[in-house]
Amino acid sequence: MTTDTQMAPAELGESIITIDGLNKWYGQFHVLKDIDLDVKRGERIVICGPSGSGKSTLIRCINRLETHQEGSIVVDGIELTDDTKHINDIRREVGMVFQHFNLFPHLTVLENCTLAPIWVRKTPKREAEELAMQYLERVKIPEQANKYPGQLSGGQQQRVAIARSLCMNPRVMLFDEPTSALDPEMIAEVLDVMVGLAEDGMTMLCVTHEMGFARKVANRVIFMDGGQIVEQNEPEEFFNNPQNDRTQLFLSQILQH
Amino acid sequence: MADVKTFVPAPDRAPPSSAVGPIAWIRDNLFGSIGSSIATLVFFYLFFSYVPLFVEWALINANWTGSDRSVCEANAAGACWTFINVRLEQILFGLYFASNPDELWRPTLIFILFFALLLPLLFEKTPGKKWLTIALLGVFPVVFYFVVYGGYFGISQSNTTQWGGFLLTFALAFVGILLALPIGILLALGRRSELPVIRSICVIYIEFWRGTPLITILFMASVMLPLFFPAGVEFDKVVRAMIGITLFQSAYTAEAVRGGLAAIPKGQSEAAMALGLGYWRRTVFITLPQALKISIPSIVNTFIALFKDTSLVSIIGLLDLLNMAQTTARSMEWKGYDIEAFLFAGFVYWAFCYGMSRYSQNLERKLDTNRRN
Repeated sequence: MTTDTQMAPAELGESIITIDGLNKWYGQFHVLKDIDLDVKRGERIVICGPSGSGKSTLIRCINRLETHQEGSIVVDGIELTDDTKHINDIRREVGMVFQHFNLFPHLTVLENCTLAPIWVRKTPKREAEELAMQYLERVKIPEQANKYPGQLSGGQQQRVAIARSLCMNPRVMLFDEPTSALDPEMIAEVLDVMVGLAEDGMTMLCVTHEMGFARKVANRVIFMDGGQIVEQNEPEEFFNNPQNDRTQLFLSQILQH
Repeated sequence: MADVKTFVPAPDRAPPSSAVGPIAWIRDNLFGSIGSSIATLVFFYLFFSYVPLFVEWALINANWTGSDRSVCEANAAGACWTFINVRLEQILFGLYFASNPDELWRPTLIFILFFALLLPLLFEKTPGKKWLTIALLGVFPVVFYFVVYGGYFGISQSNTTQWGGFLLTFALAFVGILLALPIGILLALGRRSELPVIRSICVIYIEFWRGTPLITILFMASVMLPLFFPAGVEFDKVVRAMIGITLFQSAYTAEAVRGGLAAIPKGQSEAAMALGLGYWRRTVFITLPQALKISIPSIVNTFIALFKDTSLVSIIGLLDLLNMAQTTARSMEWKGYDIEAFLFAGFVYWAFCYGMSRYSQNLERKLDTNRRN
């Protein structure tokens, strides 16, 4: 990801995620403070920040892997509450890719991809398998369909994880440090898939430190620290002209080497 | 740019001959150090001084034929398998069937059916394994009830107080295992539940039954239980033993399964949640299959323990395999041949437990999806 050429700006639609006055505590620890965030359809957002800044927690709130105590999160017109039905309605529209892939090791690659479409979307098995093969081709590993995750490399596993999410035809994709657990040679193959998704107009929220990817793909870069959004801007402005001294320090640390 | 070298991986070479082959293996494994050499020599000394003696007594000089003890008394240098041979029906099937030769086909048929269903399951390539499993776990117990207990279709009803021998051991263990596994799984899930009421009930159940000796539970089930019911209501003694064993065993199985559930990374259920799968689907498709795979050794461990612990039913006057063998050896006719009785009972227990152990290892290997290619 060394190219600096930016992708064409996405055509943004109406809001798909609206977060308003979000606060979250882990016991006494105030992990998210007054977060306001509006994500438009087709928008590609990169969230960065030091570890412990709450960036992962923020995107995990969007599909209710974490519960929040104050404020509201509305995804695709549905507000996240304790109602289990609403939660599952939202989760089927929001895909998530994890740092450690979290593939199901006892199922083949193909079964990993078809499980949710069959049982959540009630897609017939054959149709689900055809769909899964389409997405496995898209992430360039159709030949691994009948292998088990343990037989694949990290980069291949993460691409399967992306295909697994895509099989649910999500409206939004959340990426939680998708390349942090990968060997350097494998990061590129995963980022290539993510760039392809962005080109197709997928709404994406990525927690990542791949600044080359942020420059190329993002419409907006958000910098978080201490549970707050410190600064957000278009990538060009964000990298070349950071407004906050905390952002400047962070960028100088990670771009130094 | 013309000077760029092409990287060619060096070809693999065979390992040096000193590192492979039987001599290298013996040197490394049997005589690798002074301590190891001494252990090897001591082992071979003990093995060759005692095992041949045993083999001579138990196999070479042994008495196999005949119908009474005079054969064995004539050749006291060998084991008296004549005794086992003559009393085999009683030791395997108990007094009821041994004393009614016309009914012997019933337990015989049951064991033939059991092995006919079980053996094909042990081979990987058997077709229709799903149906065989359903037949073994679902249909077989029903057939067992109708054939062994009887009372329908012109089959006379057997007296359960006279059930005994290996048939009783088998019935108690089979029912205990069959019922304890699903109950144990539900208890394990309940103990990890986020709902405090369900969690408390499961914790209390598990800790109560796990903290009580099986012998006490069997005694309570046999002596105390009838006191709680009005006079005239009578539970079958064998059924009471089965209930006691199931209550006890499900607590142990629950803890074995809980160990497996605890070992599944949180990311697994998170990934399933993120896909929109609800609690039961996450459990059935994602966490439970992985947890059961991990806990196979400890679950089978509790099954093996149960299989042997069924001999505790002697406390409520039931004669299982071990007690039947012992009782037979104390009859006037065969007095003095306890060693043969215990060896035979021990061998049957061992054969079944070893079978379970091997099957579990086989299953573990088969379910290991982490093999590379």
